Amino acid sequence: MSSFSGRSIISLRDMSVSELWRIVEASGEVKSGKHPGLLSGLGVASLFFEPSTRTRLSFESAVLKGGGTVFGFADPGSSSQKKGESFADSVRTVTGYCDAMIIRHPVEGAARMASELSSVPVINAGDGSNQHPTQTFLDLFTIFESVGRLEGLCVGLMGDLKYGRTVHSLAHAMALFGARMVFISPSSLAMPPHVLTELAESGISFRVVSSPEEAQDSEMDVLYVTRIQKERFGDPQEYESVAHSYRVTRETVAVLGDSIKIMHPLPRVDEIAEEVDSLPNAIYFRQAHNGIPTRQALLGLVTGGIS
Amino acid sequence: MSDRVYKVYAIENGTVIDHIPTPMALKVVEILGIGSGGVFTLGVGFQSKRLPGGKDILKIENRVLSRNETDIISLIAPNATINIIREGRVQEKRRISLPESITGVMLCPNPNCATNMLGAPRKFRLENRSLVTYRCQYCERVTGVISENLVSPER
Ligand SMILES: [Zn+2]
Repeated sequence: MSSFSGRSIISLRDMSVSELWRIVEASGEVKSGKHPGLLSGLGVASLFFEPSTRTRLSFESAVLKGGGTVFGFADPGSSSQKKGESFADSVRTVTGYCDAMIIRHPVEGAARMASELSSVPVINAGDGSNQHPTQTFLDLFTIFESVGRLEGLCVGLMGDLKYGRTVHSLAHAMALFGARMVFISPSSLAMPPHVLTELAESGISFRVVSSPEEAQDSEMDVLYVTRIQKERFGDPQEYESVAHSYRVTRETVAVLGDSIKIMHPLPRVDEIAEEVDSLPNAIYFRQAHNGIPTRQALLGLVTGGIS
Repeated sequence: MSDRVYKVYAIENGTVIDHIPTPMALKVVEILGIGSGGVFTLGVGFQSKRLPGGKDILKIENRVLSRNETDIISLIAPNATINIIREGRVQEKRRISLPESITGVMLCPNPNCATNMLGAPRKFRLENRSLVTYRCQYCERVTGVISENLVSPER
């Protein structure tokens, strides 16, 4: 019996360590071909109330590869929302058409609300600046696959740590596995105090530095890089200088040691030099590809295709 | 001083809430949702040793508040004392503590929250008892309790 069958996946806050392990394990099983056709005969609704092409393609491809069918809309302009139908009514209607529902919405809490109105499992594909749990699941799976374990790692998070939903969720998840953490960012984009408080309260040690080189002696297993957006800076010159110091090159990798794995949720702009791509340390494309087996596994778990 | 308080109006049956800091008694009426029906008496601005700014007293007739309802009062008046009155006598002296969850009576300060944008019901869970913070069950942000964000459950 799976604790996932029939369950909505809304937030990392709802997940225990053993549940995260189960998702990582199931993702590996799917990737190795253990569950062919795990979604066959199922119809999955994909409701994107704001456009997000990469996430949508990843989910839709996951459904199709699992043998299911997928329908829905890619942006609100094409939906009945435009005609004034309430969000609640859209969910109440579509829940009768499908076996699971994927929801992306710009409002924080929209997916939670949908899960309370829906009779089929809802998967949160991003709700405003709040949660995007499947990104974290695929990050965990990729770390496990590349490093060989999830417990007791040292993980560096670099870039925009202030506004990055992805890094907040990953920090939360890695804390559950007892990671040490290193936060590398310009001071204006530092990890917000509420995240640091939560980590400290759960007994996690972390270090705050302003460049990857300063973290050299932390012996990081993983460096997770995120994009620093130009819009966060009023002064273009300030942006240029910041962007330059938070760029990963072959030299950075050499300084951080042979075993470091470099991750990135993509799309990147120039925070990782292309010369890094061919190094064995670069695992960001594998990370993006892992979105498919991870999302397939999750859909399989909640619809009962994987027990 | 406190003699005058009980001269205001003695009730036979119901709930007396004492030691509400002045002028928060009306706020208590609002979040209990009794403003739109029921009989109550409100005494405002009595002297109090415990509350240097004065205290208010609220007497609600013919209604025994549940523990959930009285715990909600601690969001506004952490030192309030509750007496349940039956046939003119104090039947129960009740202590209150911060509720583990708040439903309906608190607004989420995040304007982009589903409770404010999509009509989701307002639900919070206690995050930190000593800091008096709650986490919104929708947008998951943590908020302190400020009286402007406390409203009637019917609103
Ligand atoms: Zn909220």
